[in-house]
Amino acid sequence: MTDINLDKLDRAIINALQGGFPLTDRPFAEVASWLNIEESELLERIEKMLADKVLSRFGPMYNTDRLGGAVTLAAMSVPPGQFDQVSQVVNSHREVAHNYARNHEFNMWFVIAGDNRKIIDQVISAIEKETGMPVYDFPKQKEYFIGLRFEA
Amino acid sequence: MNIQSTFELDKIDQRIIAATQEGLPLVSKPYETVAKMLGLPNDLVIERLEAMLQSGAIRRIGVVPNHYKLGFTANGMSVWDVDNELVDELGDTIGALEYVSHCYRRPRHLPLWPYNMFAMVHGRTRIEVEEKIEAIAKILGPASRQHNVLYSTKILKKTGVRLCGRSKD
Repeated sequence: MTDINLDKLDRAIINALQGGFPLTDRPFAEVASWLNIEESELLERIEKMLADKVLSRFGPMYNTDRLGGAVTLAAMSVPPGQFDQVSQVVNSHREVAHNYARNHEFNMWFVIAGDNRKIIDQVISAIEKETGMPVYDFPKQKEYFIGLRFEA
Repeated sequence: MNIQSTFELDKIDQRIIAATQEGLPLVSKPYETVAKMLGLPNDLVIERLEAMLQSGAIRRIGVVPNHYKLGFTANGMSVWDVDNELVDELGDTIGALEYVSHCYRRPRHLPLWPYNMFAMVHGRTRIEVEEKIEAIAKILGPASRQHNVLYSTKILKKTGVRLCGRSKD
């Protein structure tokens, strides 16, 4: 699963680009100069790492839930025998972005994203009606996000 | 129930978001390419991105590493029952730890769910994640009455969260 070979330069690029990409006319040239490489090499490396899925994206990271949309984390406690069936019902809603099984009595955790809070409430009610089970809503009350800086 | 305020974004900002939320073009002058695509002056695109960075609408500009491919294959959603008076101050401390990717305050659902702080912890192995959770427990001290860690056992669905143009297409 992790048999991707990254050389020293790839790692240096990842570590240098986890934030602070310049807002200038030729930003890649500027970053390349920090790393003592050519602009073209930097571009090729980023392209290859995106293609290899070492990087999942490159660009501005928008603050999803504060751009007028609404997001929540929701959880359910689903009996094992009904797990697949409930999972299908939950996933069938396009507003459900991620859904994970987790090892807890609350064993299904999913993110609901919509244009506004009303839509989220509607999705929660719909899932409760379709499954006959309660959905526990965990909206963010405060964010202490700093951002993961991996030492690649 | 509007918990967090939203940003003031006009049509131009929204067009820039729609054009860049999948990523920046990998060309020598990426902002110029975006500007041309939208029929906007270069400087305006850079200016707007800068303003959104300042306001927090953009968290940062850069790469998002795929932590699985980098060997950070273990992650645990640690959840903590932290004193209401102390949670915001401690949340900032925990969020700043390099192995914590997200840290949030969320409502309790008593009696089933006593936890009000969520911190996503990443490591190369499950043991490493557990060591880091112990380190968090030490930092929180008696302010945390109890904690738990939930590991994902299966991805049931994973699609991106799209922002602009979601309801209009």
